[in-house]
Amino acid sequence: MFDLTGMTALVTGASGGIGSAIARGLAAQGARLAVSGSNADKLEAFRASLGGDHLALPCDLSDAAGVDALVPQAVAALGRLDILVNNAGVTRDNLAMRMKDEEWDQVIRVNLEAAFRLIRAAAKPMMKARFGRVVSITSVVGQTGNPGQANYAASKAGLVGMSKALAQELASRNITVNCVAPGFIRSAMTDGLPEAQKAALTQRIPAGDLGTGDDIAAAVVYLASREAGYVTGQTLHVNGGMAMI
Amino acid sequence: MSETADRVKKIVVEHLGVEADKVTEQASFIDDLGADSLDIVELVMAFEEEFGVEIPDDAAEKITTVQDAITYIDEHKS
Repeated sequence: MFDLTGMTALVTGASGGIGSAIARGLAAQGARLAVSGSNADKLEAFRASLGGDHLALPCDLSDAAGVDALVPQAVAALGRLDILVNNAGVTRDNLAMRMKDEEWDQVIRVNLEAAFRLIRAAAKPMMKARFGRVVSITSVVGQTGNPGQANYAASKAGLVGMSKALAQELASRNITVNCVAPGFIRSAMTDGLPEAQKAALTQRIPAGDLGTGDDIAAAVVYLASREAGYVTGQTLHVNGGMAMI
Repeated sequence: MSETADRVKKIVVEHLGVEADKVTEQASFIDDLGADSLDIVELVMAFEEEFGVEIPDDAAEKITTVQDAITYIDEHKS
């Protein structure tokens, strides 16, 4: 089950913690990838570490023209596009009263608008092929909110609503549009937290531990698979039980 | 019948899965041929590909019948 052999995927933010786990997960199931990221050197190093016949497409997701060109580039290079994973995301945390316009704009542009542009572009080849899987990585924070993250929470909740609308538009063409919502995931950022803070974090998680990138990758692989064809407009929460929505 | 009309009708028959004799010049994609808004988007994409024309959104909105499509393509194809 969940064999992705013969399928192709574009993954944004692929050289990051969760993104690299997603890319590895999709590749392990047989998909051929175009990995994207903003840091070309880091991205190329990650692509090379994947082995196989994958390609790297560097892209600055805050640049609308670059974003619009990304899917056509991926289709030209891969020959088709079956799976789009909108994983890239940025944070610019600040209390709302102190939040600068740029902090708001940058987060909405990269996390929400770029995802919309990529799905809009991907819908064309997917409609023609009568097959497509779109998975956007949102966050538990999009449902629960989090102080200091009005911009980030809005962008992540926005992905959920947008995905539901697109799921309805595209369902008749065998294109599914879903989200995966990670909770607290082990990363370079959480590794750097003081022990006391880590303990306080895990206390809120019934599973008793932070999640891993592989936990997210497994959820993405499932939603990207042919077997998940009847699942659309959904958000799969992967958070060790810390929020049950 | 013009060559454009033939090719347009062939695309409509293929995309909408309707009987060829229903695809008259006067036929409305939505009212007569059972197309939905997504079908129209797909038809426009197929016309663009087949004839190498660009059909901008404001023009696409005005294409409601088979004849509308034929006329637009004949006026704009290179």
